[in-house]
Amino acid sequence: MSKTKQKIDLSSFPTVDQVGIGDRIERITKRSIKKETKVQGLKMALNMVDLTTLEGADTDKKVIQLCNKAQHLHDTYPDLPTVAAVCVYPNFVKTAKTNLQGSGINVASVATAFPSGQSSLKIKLLDTKIAVDAGAEEVDMVISRGKFHEGDYNFVYDEIAAIKEACGNSRLKVILETGELGTFDKVRKASDIAIAAGADFIKTSTGKISPAATLPVTLVMLEAIKDYYYKTGIQVGMKPAGGISNSKLALQYLLLVKETLGKDWLTNKWFRFGASSLANDLLMQIVKQDTGIYQSKDYFSKD
Amino acid sequence: MAKKTIKINFDTGWDLAPAPESTGHIQLNEQYNLFIGGKWVKPSSGNYFATTNPADETTLAMVAEANNKDVDKAVKAARKAYDTVWSKMSAKERGKYIYRIARLIQEKAREFAVIESLDGGKPIRESRDVDIPLAAAHFFYYAGWADKLEYAFPNRKPQPLGVAGQITPWNFPLLMAAWKIAPALATGNTIVLKPAETTPLTALKLAEAIQEAGLPDGVVNIITGAGETGAAIVNHNDVDKIAFTGSTGVGKIIQNAIAGTHKKATLELGGKAANIIFEDAALDQAVEGIINGIYFNQGHVCCAGSRLFVQESVYNIVLRKLKDRMESLIVGNPLDKNTDIGAINSKEQLQVINKYLKIGEKEGAEMYQSNCSIPKKGYWCKPTLFTNVSQSNRIVQEEIFGPVLAIQTFRTVAEVIEKANNTPFGLSAGVWTDKGSKLFNMTSQLNAGIIWGNTFNKFDPTSPFGGYKESGFGREGGLHGLKPYLKF
Repeated sequence: MSKTKQKIDLSSFPTVDQVGIGDRIERITKRSIKKETKVQGLKMALNMVDLTTLEGADTDKKVIQLCNKAQHLHDTYPDLPTVAAVCVYPNFVKTAKTNLQGSGINVASVATAFPSGQSSLKIKLLDTKIAVDAGAEEVDMVISRGKFHEGDYNFVYDEIAAIKEACGNSRLKVILETGELGTFDKVRKASDIAIAAGADFIKTSTGKISPAATLPVTLVMLEAIKDYYYKTGIQVGMKPAGGISNSKLALQYLLLVKETLGKDWLTNKWFRFGASSLANDLLMQIVKQDTGIYQSKDYFSKD
Repeated sequence: MAKKTIKINFDTGWDLAPAPESTGHIQLNEQYNLFIGGKWVKPSSGNYFATTNPADETTLAMVAEANNKDVDKAVKAARKAYDTVWSKMSAKERGKYIYRIARLIQEKAREFAVIESLDGGKPIRESRDVDIPLAAAHFFYYAGWADKLEYAFPNRKPQPLGVAGQITPWNFPLLMAAWKIAPALATGNTIVLKPAETTPLTALKLAEAIQEAGLPDGVVNIITGAGETGAAIVNHNDVDKIAFTGSTGVGKIIQNAIAGTHKKATLELGGKAANIIFEDAALDQAVEGIINGIYFNQGHVCCAGSRLFVQESVYNIVLRKLKDRMESLIVGNPLDKNTDIGAINSKEQLQVINKYLKIGEKEGAEMYQSNCSIPKKGYWCKPTLFTNVSQSNRIVQEEIFGPVLAIQTFRTVAEVIEKANNTPFGLSAGVWTDKGSKLFNMTSQLNAGIIWGNTFNKFDPTSPFGGYKESGFGREGGLHGLKPYLKF
């Protein structure tokens, strides 16, 4: 079943209890992930990374270097999975596309006046079109947080629906920028709106605002995805982004997915990490599981 | 086209590898004597009984069986300590000893936690994060009151009672000992304590810590044995106060036994708590609260949320979420850090639980258990729930003391209050709603000693705990917990 926009009751949304969310996360972070579970989890996480560069200083050459990194994570270690995608600004999609050809790695592009989203729908649609036309398989849009805080949920919904339409066959990730929403209730509300408006993925953050992704906020969003799945049988993906830089935390995210949504989401089709430095930490841990020693960071390429 | 049921697949193929807590650091003797008058003395009968690990049925240690003579010896030691040392000591000095016991529990926390899990079957996650830290917290809390009793009860000249006989249950062995010993010491009483016969080890380890703390001989005496030993304590003439936590049946026997005597008593007995979910609650967190309410400590909790009431409009979704959440509960080795539900405390208790499972099915209730695996050896019960039940069912009326939940629906506030109070018990209750006014309306109308709002099974030494009706009387914890050990 493909994802299209759905009717949504904008007058009432499920509530979230912050203390309860905290209790549930405590149960997750107290789990012990060891041995073969750890190795399997590390490889799974590596395969879910959206290797990202979203800097004002980005250049073609920087993007090419990142594409190389994506395809040669650590060539001395056999049978490593690749990352899921490389995520760039729209004007670098072409470069990334050319340099990732045949690798099976997707090109994701941010769009819609990322990261603030403060522009007209016209510009946002054009921004999206540029990315899609250049070959982006995935589009990461931001919602209009200002309109959301004003209570203009119809606006937020319509905008997401319009961008989804502009995406054509490209998959749409909707960034809620949870660090600007203030409460879990609002995160839940934004998640429900995004999902109903056609999001293929919901994503926590741009990475430009602190706090970015956290386990609690991710749980709130996973629960929105679960409720939608219960109702429709349609899967929606989840992408925590920003602030996930070490393997232990990444494994805890995977455990949270495992215990909330189960097997069908434990794949990079439905779960992603938006991160730049996570990949190397995962690699360090994978190699350590094999050799028994932690290598210095200088033994892993930085691009 | 037939509508396919949408199901979440929790068979992920990514299972958690075993992560057992090591037992190398614990010290257990092969045999334990009775701790009387500051010394370890042999039981006069010469009899010892085994205490076993319910997860693998192995014997952990042999423990002395105290008879009437031993109880008399212990009470005499307590009386002597009361008359000669403890009642004469300044309150400030008394407090110092209690602080010292608290610190020693913290220092030995890991050892206490492992032994608690070995002896009682509870998951190490709980003994490590709940039982032991809370036990230390109780000693710290009451240590602070020792020299401030005049301020707790201004102008009333609080005086200790004398010798307290204390009998603790097997579900929270060290924590219940702490609940009883800490306020008794702080108020200047001396103690004869008997832990439950299936889980005596942490109380005996506590005796070692008390010895190490240098507490004057005889202030705390810890003796082991079964029901007869407990009866001997209750019936001893020179005991001034009985504090008992356990079954309602035994509580009634105790109250009969002390009728017409000078003995004071606090009884903390059974429960059949209502856990009430309104349609406006945060449902996913409410589901987590249901899990914590009934599956915490295998349901061996007197305040467990064993009667679930769900408002009809959200019944289907709550049940679905609950069943899915149950799938990620791990049942098994109590010492594994990932275990959510450990072993049933004893063979006898497992028989009781199984009896009720049969009764439930016979009554026409629909039983559901999660798809987890359970070990072959030891005593286990999968997390269980019953639907299609009503207040008329025995599994709704009687305390099962296991991981067994009975689910009913309701339509209105008035209906659920009536049903929640329609029980001989009155220990605890839980209310889940996003609306504060509804929550406070409920708390003033529910007949329960403890009511949790949007959470369940949360404990704190500053908060009094105790019941109504057949759940007993008297309060433990908080300022209220001092009173049962004082005369004015």
